[in-house]
Amino acid sequence: MTTTALAGRAGAARTTFLSRLRRGDEVAYLLTFAFALVVLLITAAFFWQLYAQSPIVWDRFGTRFLYDTAWDPVAEQFGAAPFIFGTLVTSFLALLLAVPLGVGVAIFLTELAPRRVSEATALLVDLLAAVPSVIYGLIAIAVLVPFMRTTVQPALAATGLPFLGGPAYGVGYLTASLVLTFMIVPFIVSVSREVLMAVPREQREAALALGSTTWETTWRIVLPFARLGIVGAVFLALGRALGETMAVTMVIGNRPEIGHSLLGPGYSMAAVIANEFTEATSDVHLQALIAVGFVLFVMTMIINAVARALILVTTRSARS
Amino acid sequence: MASAEARRMRRRVANAAMLGLTAAATVLTVSVLFFILGYLVYQGGSSVSLSFFTELPKPVGEAGGGMANAIVGSGKLLLIATLTGVPIGFLAGVYVAEFASPVPAFVLRYATDLLNGVPSIVVGIFVYALIVLPMKQFSTVAGGVALGIIMIPIALRSTEEYLRSVPKSLREASLALGASRATTIVRVIVPAASGGIVTALMLNLARVAGETAPLLFTALNNRFWSRGWLDPTASLPVMIFTYAIAPYPDWHRQAWAAGLVLLGLVLVTNIGARWLLARRRRAGA
Repeated sequence: MTTTALAGRAGAARTTFLSRLRRGDEVAYLLTFAFALVVLLITAAFFWQLYAQSPIVWDRFGTRFLYDTAWDPVAEQFGAAPFIFGTLVTSFLALLLAVPLGVGVAIFLTELAPRRVSEATALLVDLLAAVPSVIYGLIAIAVLVPFMRTTVQPALAATGLPFLGGPAYGVGYLTASLVLTFMIVPFIVSVSREVLMAVPREQREAALALGSTTWETTWRIVLPFARLGIVGAVFLALGRALGETMAVTMVIGNRPEIGHSLLGPGYSMAAVIANEFTEATSDVHLQALIAVGFVLFVMTMIINAVARALILVTTRSARS
Repeated sequence: MASAEARRMRRRVANAAMLGLTAAATVLTVSVLFFILGYLVYQGGSSVSLSFFTELPKPVGEAGGGMANAIVGSGKLLLIATLTGVPIGFLAGVYVAEFASPVPAFVLRYATDLLNGVPSIVVGIFVYALIVLPMKQFSTVAGGVALGIIMIPIALRSTEEYLRSVPKSLREASLALGASRATTIVRVIVPAASGGIVTALMLNLARVAGETAPLLFTALNNRFWSRGWLDPTASLPVMIFTYAIAPYPDWHRQAWAAGLVLLGLVLVTNIGARWLLARRRRAGA
């Protein structure tokens, strides 16, 4: 901006630039600009580093790495399918539970609760988001896993429904999904709440004036209005769930196979990296883990890019 | 007539039922927080003692011992994280708020949001390739840089947000007095926004203090004191993880104590930061 203005006055430009330099404007500009570049560079370097650090894997296995189910460090056979499967299953199951729960909370906070209650509850939900992942894992090992083993899993297995058979280990896909559910609910609540609050008041008043009940107003007017933003919140939560490491590592069971039952043990991408990275003895093994990280990185990047775009579109259209 | 009455009844019941469900969802979600807090106090309360804060971990089988090295280690990691992540985030945030034209600002903001979404374990791999491999050793510095990278996005976005919220009149007054833009930023705008930026820094620290995944193969772990900055170091979250999955009851007790201390620090920092923010808002209004 400043430089184009200067370019018009070619003669004065040089002295002006020098005087600006002396006054510190250009220094401040260049300094902050350099650090902005650093941020961009780091983001780009992620992509490059993760890809470039796993050449043997891409050379030897190619895209087969993505759908091969064998993971055998001793035989140097590496396929990431069991981990991709585990990550996707646990994340989607968690979303299935967390979306109704989180949107429900957001509706209660924006449409129903008095302002004080709403603000206090929002604070508590934010604090829930601040609980470290490893503490969720700690509590899940002590409380949720035994409860699943003795009560929930036998009951589910007794129903005879598909994907719910087999012995009750306590750990497994379902347990990991439940922990993930509570970990992502705060994100869904806080973004949905913001999106719902951006819905114009007139929309609600018009519906209520026509005789709608509060619920009908919410369901038919407010939610459709905020639809895109809520989808954005869901994608954002999905991104979180995909990359969640510690709590999942502690309760998913860590078995590198594609399980046939949701009650059985499995593995996720983040968990296999956390468990095997420091124990990898061969170069191929280490590179295979980095390659898993690359796949995870690309997946979360895509999900987050979509999420941010959706949230941007809704909050902007609501404002104008 | 009767059917209209029935219909109204049905609508009322649906209304009450669905709104009741949203209330139930809220109660459930909030009770999870209280359950976590209560359970940690119940399990860890009796294990938090003076020796927890002052002693090194004991070998397996020996009772007692503490996590003094992990507490100091976490502090050192957070210090490095703050020194690396916050200046980058802060200065880039100043650029976005004060200098950037719309397109670069948008690009940078979007890149920052993406960086914010990178799974923390992937940050660990990145720093492993960037620092641990070339230096051929796990180190406190590597762990700190990993946490620092995680701090950048929030430091940037909060700086930008609080700089933008400084009233235009302040800025114009400074410029009208003949101050340059740089002087205005350094002497007027940043001081006016400093309260908010510091609060955001507290929240940011509370967030990375609990991060475990990026430390697993950067700072690694250590059962002894970590000398200097180039040795592997213990940290509270990694200790909790190691102790929680180990088969020794005595380690589990220590894990609960560490969990209680960590969560206590995180929540107190969080509540403190929000309280400061609310007080400033009230004072400003």
